[in-house]
Amino acid sequence: MRKCKWGAARLLLLVLLSLSSVTKAQEAATVTLGYLGIERPAALEPLSVLDPVVDDEGVQGARLAIRDNNTAGQFLGQEFLLVEAVVASEREVAEGLKRLVEQGAEWIVSGVHREALEALMDDPALGDRVVFNVAASDDALRGAACRRNLFHTTPSRRMLADALAQFLGYKRWTRWALVHGNTDEDRLRVEAQRAAAERFGHRIVDEAMWPYDPMARRAEGGFHAIQREIPVFLQAFAEHDVLVIADENDYFGEYFPYQTRLPRPVAGTQGLTPTAWHRAHESWGAVQLQRRFEEQAGRWMTAQDFAAWLAVRSLGEAASRTGAVDRDALREYMTSEAFELAGYLGLPVSYRSWNHQLRQPILVTGPRMVVSVSPQEGYLHPRTPLDTLGVDQGESTCGFQPER
Amino acid sequence: MWFPTRTIIKQAASSLALSMLMLLPTAAQAERIFVSNEKDNTLSVIDGETLEVIETIPVGRRPRAMAFSNDGSQLFVAVGDDEAIDMIDLDTLKVVRSLAAGEDPEVIRVHPDRPHIYVSNEDDNIVSVLDYQKRTRVTQIPVGVEPEGLGVSPDGKWLIATSETSNMAHIIDLETMEAVYHRLVGARPRHVEFTREGDKAWVSAEIAGTVAIIDMQDTFDVIHTLEFEVPGVPRETVQAVGMELTSDGRFAFVALGPSNRVAVVDQQSYEVLDYLLVGQRVWHLALDADENRLFTTNGVSGDVTVIEIEGDEGDFEAIRSIPVGRFPWGVVVAP
Repeated sequence: MRKCKWGAARLLLLVLLSLSSVTKAQEAATVTLGYLGIERPAALEPLSVLDPVVDDEGVQGARLAIRDNNTAGQFLGQEFLLVEAVVASEREVAEGLKRLVEQGAEWIVSGVHREALEALMDDPALGDRVVFNVAASDDALRGAACRRNLFHTTPSRRMLADALAQFLGYKRWTRWALVHGNTDEDRLRVEAQRAAAERFGHRIVDEAMWPYDPMARRAEGGFHAIQREIPVFLQAFAEHDVLVIADENDYFGEYFPYQTRLPRPVAGTQGLTPTAWHRAHESWGAVQLQRRFEEQAGRWMTAQDFAAWLAVRSLGEAASRTGAVDRDALREYMTSEAFELAGYLGLPVSYRSWNHQLRQPILVTGPRMVVSVSPQEGYLHPRTPLDTLGVDQGESTCGFQPER
Repeated sequence: MWFPTRTIIKQAASSLALSMLMLLPTAAQAERIFVSNEKDNTLSVIDGETLEVIETIPVGRRPRAMAFSNDGSQLFVAVGDDEAIDMIDLDTLKVVRSLAAGEDPEVIRVHPDRPHIYVSNEDDNIVSVLDYQKRTRVTQIPVGVEPEGLGVSPDGKWLIATSETSNMAHIIDLETMEAVYHRLVGARPRHVEFTREGDKAWVSAEIAGTVAIIDMQDTFDVIHTLEFEVPGVPRETVQAVGMELTSDGRFAFVALGPSNRVAVVDQQSYEVLDYLLVGQRVWHLALDADENRLFTTNGVSGDVTVIEIEGDEGDFEAIRSIPVGRFPWGVVVAP
């Protein structure tokens, strides 16, 4: 099989060579993208040892999409280039941006969190370049803090919460008990869960903060004290159908399944989880993307890799449809009614005109299987069922007017 | 030879036709319809007369596209998870041999004259050409990302391969075995059908929910794009997949995936004449030899819908739903 692959690669190379000799007269039109990331803080590791520690999250998705774009681009005289800057800390984001701009980046793919992203957006070196946010799920960035040149291919917290709420609605698990951590991210997640509960008619019957204090992962095997602590922690909770966890940093949520006082499923950031991408997802041709990615990266594709892939593919799609590579033409096409991207999720994905969030189906997954895909049947919307996930146009606090 | 009863009555208007029919000897064998069940690793064989499943053939893992050998003695089935093509003897209805077909073969087509099978290998961005008599690989043709749909022109000159992620129809010259034109079509192109004359090729795009019609005589360019709008159905679920074109140049049928509809299109004016409600997630289509009936595979409901084509009035009616295996994918009618 290896040999056969090499044969194919050689063939492809031959075609590329022959094509390039044919079109030598006209130089390929080039689109240069820059990927900006921050190295993972050493302290932040997943709670389960089964989850791999990934240091090249996001950028690998961008690299794969560049290759995918170029396969089509070779036939159209278009070429996509990626330059990368993964900096050591938040303080060096400006330096990273400078490097990318110097290398000719006309578009920026941002794999950084909200604070760093806002600093990036305010940096004069950015100019009028469009930034694709592939890592920050903050609803504020799609709302009051939105920017006209900021596009989001990663779902917002609210989209994830809505996707889960729809599935729980389908199951008629409408009474939720909520357990959250003490980080800012967790508080934002709780807000999103509350909004989703209200939108889809669920009730949060009780909630409590898990008193997290950092402990060595290996000191708590998941059963030493936890086995006794969790039932005690939950004993005052009112009757509920499902326990919803908000622990975005993966500090404690993984301990909860099977340790609850009542026999109830665990959902949210652990257990049954809404996510843009999952290795178990193989429908709608997704298996092809999974395989291409694994061959390139030597690991599974994460939701952030997928968001970066979507961002770079958006430009590829716009460039092949318009036959153009200049910024204005691509941007205009991406926000037009005509734009549709195939994202291996069964439905075409596209950008919302009022906040530049990519509308997309959301997987609802267990640890080892895809359980469902939202929007769920029966959740209707006059525009598209995909707009039942996330803040809708009418309730958006984003200030910029739609471009169309 | 077999004629559906209602058609006989229709044709009885011409008494000549009727008397000719009565003179015909009893049909030796009714038409057989083969359906690949993607999840069951089987083919269901439907009797064209009784419209019942008469046989279930175990095949390799994940059977999808099917095609007949030129002499009509064998049926080829792409079994993706076995990376092979199973060859079924149409007399015994048994898999007689299996041909290695490269990674994840999904769609296959057979050349009208040569003993060649064309296979789209999604993982490798190539179309493989296999010789089914010598059981060898003839060559590999590089195309865009994730080749999927294939179509061979009736004169055997052209092969069109669609690439799902590059969104292109790659038009391949079958003399030189090289892709010579690359045309952009809608998002995630899935299937290719040529008109009877071979002057046009229809290319369906699943995610875009469109069909591009390519001129195959002069420009090799997209000359028209069909769009579908099913009342009361979200646009996203209207996805164009399998197609069948009648040989008289009148009708085209387009399976519209999870919208659970088959569109009937006028082949000449490109006007959508009707949307027919069928089973859930309709995927591929096949006309019977007389083009009086259309069979559809419905992946989610696990059945085949039989549509009667009345002909002159352009009247279409779903007359039967036949349960088959799980996730029926492809359907072909034995010649």
